[in-house]
Amino acid sequence: MKRLVLLVVLAASAFGCSSDEPVILTLIAHDSFADAVTEETFAAFTSETGVVVEVLAAGDAGAMVNQAILTKDNPLADVLFGVDDTFLQRAVDAQIFDGEVTAIDYGDVCINYDREAFTTNPPPETLDDLTPIADQLVVEDPSLSSPGLAFLLATIDRYGPEWQKYWAELRQNGVLVAPGWSEAYYGEFSGGAGEGDRPLVVSYASSPPAEVIFADPPVEEPPTAVMTDGCYRQTEFAGVLGGTDHPDESRQLIEFMLSVPFQETIPLTWFVYPINEEAALPPEFVENTAVPTDPVRMDPATIDENREQWLEEWSEIFG
Amino acid sequence: MAGRVVRNLRIALLWGAPLLFIGYLFVYPLTRILAESLNGEGFAQLVDRERFRNAAWFTLWQAVVSTVLTLIASLPLTWALSRFNFRGKQLARALVTIPFVLPTVVVGASFLDLLPPGVLAILAAHVFYNVAVVVRTVGGVWSRIDPRVEDAAATLGASPVRVFRTVTLPLLRPALASAAAIVFLFCFASFGTVLILGGGRIRTIEVEIYQQAVTFLNLPVAGALAVLQLVFVVTALLLANRLQRRIGVDLAAEVTLPPPGPRHRIPVAGAVIITLGLLAVPLVSLVSSSISRRGWSGLAGNASSALSPGQAIGNSLLYAAMATVIATGVGLAAARIIERRGGGWLDTALMLPLGVSAVTIGFGFLLALDRPFDLRGSFILVPLAHALVATPFVVRAALPLLRSIRPELREAARVLGASPSRVWKEIDLPIIARALAVGAGLATVVSLGEFGATSFVARPASATVPTLIFRLLGRPGTASFGTAMALAVILAAMTAVLVLVIDRLRGNEAGTF
Repeated sequence: MKRLVLLVVLAASAFGCSSDEPVILTLIAHDSFADAVTEETFAAFTSETGVVVEVLAAGDAGAMVNQAILTKDNPLADVLFGVDDTFLQRAVDAQIFDGEVTAIDYGDVCINYDREAFTTNPPPETLDDLTPIADQLVVEDPSLSSPGLAFLLATIDRYGPEWQKYWAELRQNGVLVAPGWSEAYYGEFSGGAGEGDRPLVVSYASSPPAEVIFADPPVEEPPTAVMTDGCYRQTEFAGVLGGTDHPDESRQLIEFMLSVPFQETIPLTWFVYPINEEAALPPEFVENTAVPTDPVRMDPATIDENREQWLEEWSEIFG
Repeated sequence: MAGRVVRNLRIALLWGAPLLFIGYLFVYPLTRILAESLNGEGFAQLVDRERFRNAAWFTLWQAVVSTVLTLIASLPLTWALSRFNFRGKQLARALVTIPFVLPTVVVGASFLDLLPPGVLAILAAHVFYNVAVVVRTVGGVWSRIDPRVEDAAATLGASPVRVFRTVTLPLLRPALASAAAIVFLFCFASFGTVLILGGGRIRTIEVEIYQQAVTFLNLPVAGALAVLQLVFVVTALLLANRLQRRIGVDLAAEVTLPPPGPRHRIPVAGAVIITLGLLAVPLVSLVSSSISRRGWSGLAGNASSALSPGQAIGNSLLYAAMATVIATGVGLAAARIIERRGGGWLDTALMLPLGVSAVTIGFGFLLALDRPFDLRGSFILVPLAHALVATPFVVRAALPLLRSIRPELREAARVLGASPSRVWKEIDLPIIARALAVGAGLATVVSLGEFGATSFVARPASATVPTLIFRLLGRPGTASFGTAMALAVILAAMTAVLVLVIDRLRGNEAGTF
């Protein structure tokens, strides 16, 4: 009898061994986040909690959200990161999250200009200044590109019902529409590594610091700068996906992403700004770019309600 | 008894491999995503809205025109490379495949230096990308047409044009139809080229599907567009199949090609130099900007990315090897079924993935591939998806030659007591060995250049060279740009070297039978 008890205890402890195996959390994120993750990124989290984090790359933010919605019944991951205000409402409506989402970082989409092109003439300062020199501007197609959509939202917020008139003027004066950021920045823009001849482009407030950090040969000052008016602020959120087996560890991971040490790695890893105000900015971000004055933000529900119609109206202007 | 078991096993494998492959990786995911998305509303919107009608019309006509132009532009080079022997021929055959792997985002700028953005630039790029398909698929057959057949016609007084029109062209027809079908599907599903070179306003069905599925999550419309795409693609394939019927004249097992004679020297040199020269224009500017932008020094130190160029090159080679092995095995089995049992439907089914949107398949994978094993997010999906796109190339390369085998040849072998497997081994296999190598070469190239498969979930560490190029071009900085250009040059060089090696293997094999 005693032997049997011993056996049962042994068996139970052997079975229980599986709880000593580390919990593995899967984090699904858009490509630009996932690509920059290294072994260091979540090392502190793993040594603190024993939980291992595996990252899945899921295309751009829109593709990621749609994939999460399609796989809601058998989720691909425990935590989703990188849904921004333009897609948040759709994700929330589809009820893919368990609980609330948490803002982790933000980035400003702003007009960048080639500093060399504006040595005699001053660079544009406001959205209004862009219309007469639209033939020097390249934007991204808002129906295909996230910064393109952000810029369109900035103009819609600024001009209200007149926004179509603004864009009609841009078009009339020769604005160029590129399908995506790479084509606009490298193909048409003249600043930095750009091979084009247009000195104005829709990009990010963090692009000038990136021009310094990813420069070869090294440069002291960025070749580009930011127009601080008419910027759009994209906030990125993380949330626990419904159906996870590890809700507590998932929340711990989001807590970790909000902690000051993690938040301070955000600027130089992903080129966006930490949401936690206690996190210090690296000198490259302080010296090489300007902080937008009063960036536009829009309610996710408003965006979701109007996106299709706005994009339709936008393409009619360019049709 | 044991012999029967072995034979049954072989038959099961022969049928099972292609059926399981296309069923599990294409038909089932496609069915799942269409079942999830289709409803009447989607089709109603499709009919209603002018933008979809315009996109459908443009997609169709540009694909037809691109295909015709590609065939015309490729024929002189195909002729030169498959009718004559000369020094540097192998190199030319390898170089011609390079455009196939180059991402449009990398070579787009050189097109726009020469042509204004718009339809013309799109058509030129489609020709640029697809010359290799024609040169290699049609060349495989052309090089095996017995010159004596043509000589006979010439002796009987036919002019060279008449010989080509009445003798050569009918013999080439199945191969031409085969190549045309592949080129058509590629152009039909064109995405990046249309966006980058179209000047912003031109849309294909493929672009609309991406936009409806990803930007709007309007699955009903995306699904309806996917069905429309399928209808076009199936119709085109059925038309092409009619042109591919068995030809009545034997292809030679081995033709010893002459060097170009005095009459042919200038046309051959012209075809090779002009075609390769035109194909090289974007490549030369790529090499020069990789140097002027100091991309080669950037390759070594790429600290802030999780993935090093070395890793991406390793991944690309590994996936290309896996995809080539899978595609060759499945393609060979399928070609045999199609040839023996008239499985035209299988041929069509295997071709479909070329003409169906990557978004549709990617979303389908997510819904379908979680059982029995959860393959979603597994690295194995990348080579499997590559193989899905590469298999039709193997089939297409093998089929025209398989069809050219006279049944009497096999019957004779059988009468002499050879078992079916022996007939296959002794008669069929040697004849298609070369074509198989051509197919395997193209499969490798398809895998190296494939990018659409990355539109669904993947481990970041499983990225390939094209993916890394896109990532680098997704962030600012002179170093990012230079490194991307250098990687594109490496991708081009890898492609040429691998194709040369595969062609060389084939050369040795040819000597053994």
